[in-house]
Amino acid sequence: MLLLRRLGRNPVALFAAALLALVVGAALFAPWLAPADPYKASMLRRLAPIGTAGFLLGTDELGRDMVSRLMYGGRLSLLMGALPVLFAFVIGTAIGLVAGYVGGFVNSAVMRVLDVFYAFPSVLLAVAVSGALGPGMSNSLIALTLVFVPQVVRVAESVTTQVRRLDYVDAARMSGAGTASILRVHVLGNVIGPVFVYATGLVSVSMILASGLSFLGLGVKPPEPEWGLMLNTLRSAIYINPWVAALPGAMIFVTSMAFNLLADGVRSAMEIRR
Amino acid sequence: MSRLAALAQPPDRGGPAQPLLSVSGLRKRYAIRGGLFGPRRHVHAVDGVSFYVAKGETLGVVGESGCGKSTTARLIARLVAADAGELVFDGEAVAESGGLALREYRRVLQMVFQDSFASLNPRMTVLDAVAYGPTVHGLSRAAARDRAANLLGRVGLGPALFASRRPHELSGGQRQRVNIARALAFEPRLLVLDEAVSALDKSVQAQVLNLLQALKAEHGLTYLFISHDLHVVRYLADRVLVMYLGIVVELGPVEALFAAPRHPYTQALLAATTAGDPARRREHAPLGGDPPDPVDIPNGCRFHDRCPHAEPVCSAQRPAWREAAAGHWVECHLGDPASSHSQV
Repeated sequence: MLLLRRLGRNPVALFAAALLALVVGAALFAPWLAPADPYKASMLRRLAPIGTAGFLLGTDELGRDMVSRLMYGGRLSLLMGALPVLFAFVIGTAIGLVAGYVGGFVNSAVMRVLDVFYAFPSVLLAVAVSGALGPGMSNSLIALTLVFVPQVVRVAESVTTQVRRLDYVDAARMSGAGTASILRVHVLGNVIGPVFVYATGLVSVSMILASGLSFLGLGVKPPEPEWGLMLNTLRSAIYINPWVAALPGAMIFVTSMAFNLLADGVRSAMEIRR
Repeated sequence: MSRLAALAQPPDRGGPAQPLLSVSGLRKRYAIRGGLFGPRRHVHAVDGVSFYVAKGETLGVVGESGCGKSTTARLIARLVAADAGELVFDGEAVAESGGLALREYRRVLQMVFQDSFASLNPRMTVLDAVAYGPTVHGLSRAAARDRAANLLGRVGLGPALFASRRPHELSGGQRQRVNIARALAFEPRLLVLDEAVSALDKSVQAQVLNLLQALKAEHGLTYLFISHDLHVVRYLADRVLVMYLGIVVELGPVEALFAAPRHPYTQALLAATTAGDPARRREHAPLGGDPPDPVDIPNGCRFHDRCPHAEPVCSAQRPAWREAAAGHWVECHLGDPASSHSQV
């Protein structure tokens, strides 16, 4: 409650939230809001420029309405942005919590293994895993989750290590509570906040990586509308109609920027303790 | 269900003469890395500590920082595993299995920590923090909250006003009162107070000390009171234990120890307190040098390189632990007729 009130006082975060609500709303209600069928092609009206009557944002290289395709494309793009981060958030927090609380050898073993993943640039890791598993949406979801798990674990582990040293955890141990109960009641509650904020910042990265995978032909398959894939197929039209070709990129840019600004806002709104 | 309620009046097993807690040969060392090829070295935090706490008394533990006071407290609470040593609580050995179970031991022995903020979960309300312990021991949620509200009132925090607050909305003194209430919610017999009032302002400190005195009488508690503040220890303690570099160097009744300290280290500690009387101000520093590195413990008497009375025997031979007067024990060659140290 307090968090929302503090967030409401931050104009930048508010603007980002409104923008995101717009994008998510448009994607969610695309079937009712879209002016045309996103799959309906027409050789006659290929690459119509922005502002063409009936096609506000023009048409793509197959003559499909860009407004509709961008709205439908948001569904997959947002899903590919949010789902891997959600998976990584759950898995990574669990691993980081245990590694940080147990400490010692277990901690070193877990963290060194994850360092191996961490050593690869995220794009390279996503492409490599996705390529090994083969193209397809579920495989790119797995690949992206794998990219983010080590990053989330790092944050969760370092916060847990700090919390574990605090006297209230010792006090909880003195109460005779079991380890699972201490972890759940006393440690998790104080670890999850910073990890959540970090994860919000990853959504934009995930969207960009997912678009990148689709662009390379490893993610979503045509004719499915997805921003990264649209960017790829419109690439050949960049000299004919550069503004239309840039639209999916602009969507990726604006949405990921909004996610980042909102994450920043949540981060500063959470700095209340002490 | 109401195991806790049944144990509300704990059985006094061995009678008043049996110590509530006796500690023998407690030892803990920490390995430190000496580089990849360096020799493995150890910090001797607690190096063979033995003492007992009698029923109903307050045993003060003093010493400069780094002498092992807090480690001793954590070893006693079993928050840190000891390398060696034995704990006997009211005649029963404390063990992982058999004897007094750890869970039950930690119910009858509770602890209040120095950092009042760090010892409270920032996400829990004050009432929930106090009620948490009893629920772990099987009390119903409603009964635990009842008990917590009563205890909060008893430590001077009206539940109507304070119950739903979180730690960051309280002052240091109020938080420490919550911590005391939290410890008392277990109906403990021994309360370990690890620098519990050291971080508080003097005026707040006095209030909390008075509260501790009153609670001790009401609940028939025994205190192990750890502090570096000699004034506070003198006010509260019945007996005082002086630690230096991981060992006990002197132990005696509070009045005897403050009036006639036997160990040169205790003498220096007492001389280092503010005199409060200009006529008694001192002209030179009572104690030179820093405490020695607990990695390289001096041979013989651990205090010899800082001691004004050091003689060759002090660096050659560790002094015996002997009773200098009734109930007043000391580890020093000075005043030991059996040692070759010159006697005054």
